[in-house]
Amino acid sequence: MTPPIIDHSAHPAIPLAPVPVRQVAVRKRGRRLTVARIGIYAFLFTAALFFLLPLYVMIVTSLKPMEEIRAGGIFALPHAATLEPWRQAWSGVCTGAACEGIRGGFWNSVLITVPSTLITILVGAVNGYALSFWRARGANLLFGILLAGAFVPVQVMIYPLVRVMALAGIFGSLPAIVLVHVIFGMPVMTLLFRNYYAGVPQELFQAARIDGGGFWRIFLQVMLPMSLPVIVVAGIMQVTGVWNDYILGLVFAGRDHLPMTVELNNVIMTTTGTRQYNVNMAATILTALLPLALYFVSGRWFVRGIAAGAVKG
Amino acid sequence: MANVHLRKLHIALGGKDIIRDLDLQVDPGEFLVLLGPSGCGKSTLLHSIAGLVEAVEGSIEIGGRDMTDADPSERGIGMVFQSYALYPTMTVEANMSFGLRVAGTPKAEIRRRVARAAGMLQLDALLSRKPAQLSGGQRQRVAIGRALVRDARVFLFDEPLSNLDAKLRAELRRELKLLHQTLGSTMIYVTHDQVEAMTLASRIVVMEQGRIQQVGTPAEVYERPANRFVAGFLGAPAMAFIDGELDGAGRYRAGTLALDLATPGAGAVTLGLRPEHVAIRDDAPLRAEVTLVEPMGNHQVVWLRCGGHALSALVHDTRVFQPGQQVGLAIDATRVSLFDPRDGRRL
Repeated sequence: MTPPIIDHSAHPAIPLAPVPVRQVAVRKRGRRLTVARIGIYAFLFTAALFFLLPLYVMIVTSLKPMEEIRAGGIFALPHAATLEPWRQAWSGVCTGAACEGIRGGFWNSVLITVPSTLITILVGAVNGYALSFWRARGANLLFGILLAGAFVPVQVMIYPLVRVMALAGIFGSLPAIVLVHVIFGMPVMTLLFRNYYAGVPQELFQAARIDGGGFWRIFLQVMLPMSLPVIVVAGIMQVTGVWNDYILGLVFAGRDHLPMTVELNNVIMTTTGTRQYNVNMAATILTALLPLALYFVSGRWFVRGIAAGAVKG
Repeated sequence: MANVHLRKLHIALGGKDIIRDLDLQVDPGEFLVLLGPSGCGKSTLLHSIAGLVEAVEGSIEIGGRDMTDADPSERGIGMVFQSYALYPTMTVEANMSFGLRVAGTPKAEIRRRVARAAGMLQLDALLSRKPAQLSGGQRQRVAIGRALVRDARVFLFDEPLSNLDAKLRAELRRELKLLHQTLGSTMIYVTHDQVEAMTLASRIVVMEQGRIQQVGTPAEVYERPANRFVAGFLGAPAMAFIDGELDGAGRYRAGTLALDLATPGAGAVTLGLRPEHVAIRDDAPLRAEVTLVEPMGNHQVVWLRCGGHALSALVHDTRVFQPGQQVGLAIDATRVSLFDPRDGRRL
């Protein structure tokens, strides 16, 4: 019998699935303490210190009463640890005129992030699916334009967008800021999903076509259920991106929906009265808590997301 | 059961002509195998019958109706792919019933058809499993079941056994043939494996570079290949080709190799010799030297050098041959093929 030859003529357009990088097995000998290894550990330790020290200072400061802070010694552990600055930051500190803490900003950020993430992922998934499987005329050109859009700095587009939104009568509202996040998130989400679907065999799509599936049915019943890994990655990227955004929230969200980052800035930049370093630190940690938690819970997925965006395509 | 009729079909992919001016008639209930090397256009042809690739020109008729521009789902076809192409998030049952659910078939009817297909393919116990929990052979059975459930008039197979190991491949090949005998449906099957083509086909279409080289029953294509390409593609070990001369008196001569073919005509010809046309007999006048022996269990392939030409012979007994040994050759002159050395056509 002739050896089985894989016939690529059957599917000339299938892009090959990404080949995973082969893991080199660690040999026993490599575990010995050599000069190089000591160097690596020294570097890792310094790097960790570089990033952990500010975090340490923040946490320690946020737990101290103001008198202790004024006494100096920013690395010292608190003598009389207190959670009062945290309570203040959450529900008492002044953010401009009102003094209700950054609680309101937190809920605004949730209100902005949830729809911005869900809608952007859905739009990106549909785009990626259409570009990978339906191959409309000019699809590649369209994708090129979309990608080029990702390289235009946000600042350049702010003024035109403000004008358009004002004209549409939605400037300074929740729909406005969500729409802006959807627009700026779409290119990367499209790229992410397009690359993921490029690894799905074309035959699967063809089988669904023969079974009579149309555009939406194949998307919703075949492609979307098998996209869970990339949806998780896209979700992490979009949530952190939207949550950490400052400039767009400041410009587009309007007074009633300022996100947590903007409220935090208002807390720290308040010029009246004494600077409450402990409250500022607590408010900063509170604001950074959600993305931080996301990194810790889903570090593996997060790295995969960065790799997916950077290497492929 | 339906016929398929292709007329003047022209297919281009990415601006490159894959198939030009192809005519093919597939009879109802026939098991037609499209055979050819990689890149010969056989899969593209199958995809165009399925409606997955658009024809530039020409027409495709299925069951007497023009389907050239019809959607894949409207053509009354079922298709089985090399990579199985099962929906990974659905159970076996959901995989098989997807097409029926799309078409809005009543639930009771779906259950009946899935149960029937599952029974035919011994999938009853696996209905609630996901594709990832199945072996390769089981997956391909599910893919076949998915096509069966649709009650297709024409079944299309795109190298369905290529991803399986040799033992499973032979097993599933027999099952497919049995299935065809039971259903009697029209089946079109693409493969590059000549064993599959020979064993399954009622007719074989040999293709190369987008052109049909020969259409015929397995016996016709094997015994009377239309040209050198077909002759060389079918048969293992491959046919040996020896350039020589006809002397006008029915004798063929190539160096020291001389044969009485009783063929009229004179001039340069290429002789095609299959291994089974060559017998090793000590009393034969033609001498050759053994160069290599390949034992195959129930037979052995003996490679020979005769007058500077390489030949192979099938030996069905347990005689022992050594490389370098001198043996006598008897060639069955009634079964050899002669080709025109210029265009490779059969003479």
